Amino acid sequence: MKLEELRFGTELIKRGFASMQKGGVIMDVINAEQAELAEEAGAVAVMALERVPADIRAVGGVARMADPQKVVEIIDAVSIPVMGKARIGHFVEAQILEALGVDMVDESEVLTPADEQFHIDKTRFGVPFVCGARNLGEALRRVNEGAAMIRTKGEAGTGNVVEAVRHMRAIMGGIRALKGLDGQELVDRARDIEAPAELVIECANLGRLPVVNFSAGGIATPADAALMMQLGADGVFVGSGIFKSANPEMTARAIVEAVNHYDEPKVIAEVSKGLGEAMKGLDIHMLREDEVLQTRGR
Amino acid sequence: MGVKVGVLALQGDVSEHIAAFRQALADRPGSMVIPVRHTEDLAGLDALAIPGGESTTISRLIEKNGLYEPLAEFEGGVFATCAGMVLAADRVDDPRVRTLNLISMHVTRNAFGRQVDSREVLLAVKGLSEPFRAVFIRAPVATEAGPGTEVLARIPEGIVAVRNGRHMAFAFHPELGGDLRLHRMFLEGLGV
Repeated sequence: MKLEELRFGTELIKRGFASMQKGGVIMDVINAEQAELAEEAGAVAVMALERVPADIRAVGGVARMADPQKVVEIIDAVSIPVMGKARIGHFVEAQILEALGVDMVDESEVLTPADEQFHIDKTRFGVPFVCGARNLGEALRRVNEGAAMIRTKGEAGTGNVVEAVRHMRAIMGGIRALKGLDGQELVDRARDIEAPAELVIECANLGRLPVVNFSAGGIATPADAALMMQLGADGVFVGSGIFKSANPEMTARAIVEAVNHYDEPKVIAEVSKGLGEAMKGLDIHMLREDEVLQTRGR
Repeated sequence: MGVKVGVLALQGDVSEHIAAFRQALADRPGSMVIPVRHTEDLAGLDALAIPGGESTTISRLIEKNGLYEPLAEFEGGVFATCAGMVLAADRVDDPRVRTLNLISMHVTRNAFGRQVDSREVLLAVKGLSEPFRAVFIRAPVATEAGPGTEVLARIPEGIVAVRNGRHMAFAFHPELGGDLRLHRMFLEGLGV
């Protein structure tokens, strides 16, 4: 085979990877045992972490990329894709995760940002990236930097879905509000939301984001997951919600089924029975300003 | 006469498959493409697409939704890509996936390694006059084609496109990238 016939890390490959995750649940795990449980429960991928967001909150200090030893341990444990989190702007953590063989890098506000001005230039990587966003402008700025997938930021580690809902409504509503605008008005809107005009025009034509859009940040129950799907998410990330629940195995399976049957309340009711206590959760209004993660990176 | 195509809609790139088949059938009035989530959705279908996604997840959801028997006994043509190819096979290297035994072949999951090893390949496919730009994403390969299974394309890693009667399976994603020649080849083979 001639070399020019082979291409790696193209936009099609990166965005295509994200498309294969649609309708799925991506679960945070901190060791091989949890990763195996997640795979067995039907997760489409796992996020390899040092600790789940709820514990990152509890521990405090600077939150960094997970120990590479831990990432490798999780990669070796499962056949589904493994994702890893790098700090916002920390392109060397991203390089390390890529070198370890993670299938997607999450440039995540859950970790302490390394750069308060720039996100990672994701076009320079072969591995695809997912990034958090709170609204349409933020989502399109990340796509412009090369993100192959977007997720709502929500407020990670709270078990409180309110911020994920706010962000999903902002993104979907932002796209709906493009309908009927003419060319000049779209350019004007792009200026307002601080996003590249060509991406705003692409969104207007598609009636959706140009990449897959998941929900994350506070999903704790099957009902939360189905809520985000009905609001337009292509799938969900569940962080602390599984392994901080009373029965992680049942909760993991139930959330997978709730996402699959998100518009069938009878099924969601059935799988929600007897799960025991969900993670305790936090009231967003009780967080101090410096405890809010979603405002990191804009 | 129109063609009725279903796309197994449990997990994966379902909307891409629906869009590709709708486009490929645009010149066939009376055709329809529907998502398949329940057994009753299979009624009257001429063909079924099994999409890309995670084969372990889709396999589990097939069982949970009581779709295993109806799918294994599906009488129309099957168009299976990536994870779909794993599910359509009759042998796989992974006990976590219960294959539907629609196409006689042995498949290996994730035959290319990690996502950074995913690739686009300019591929010669039997029956196409020009090469096909095939996008492989954490793709499987077939290591052996069984009785009745014709190999349509092969790369050094293994067999990546097959036909068995009205069924076709691809390790790559003809539904991504806008080239619909393989969809047309499949639709012609249905004899509808």
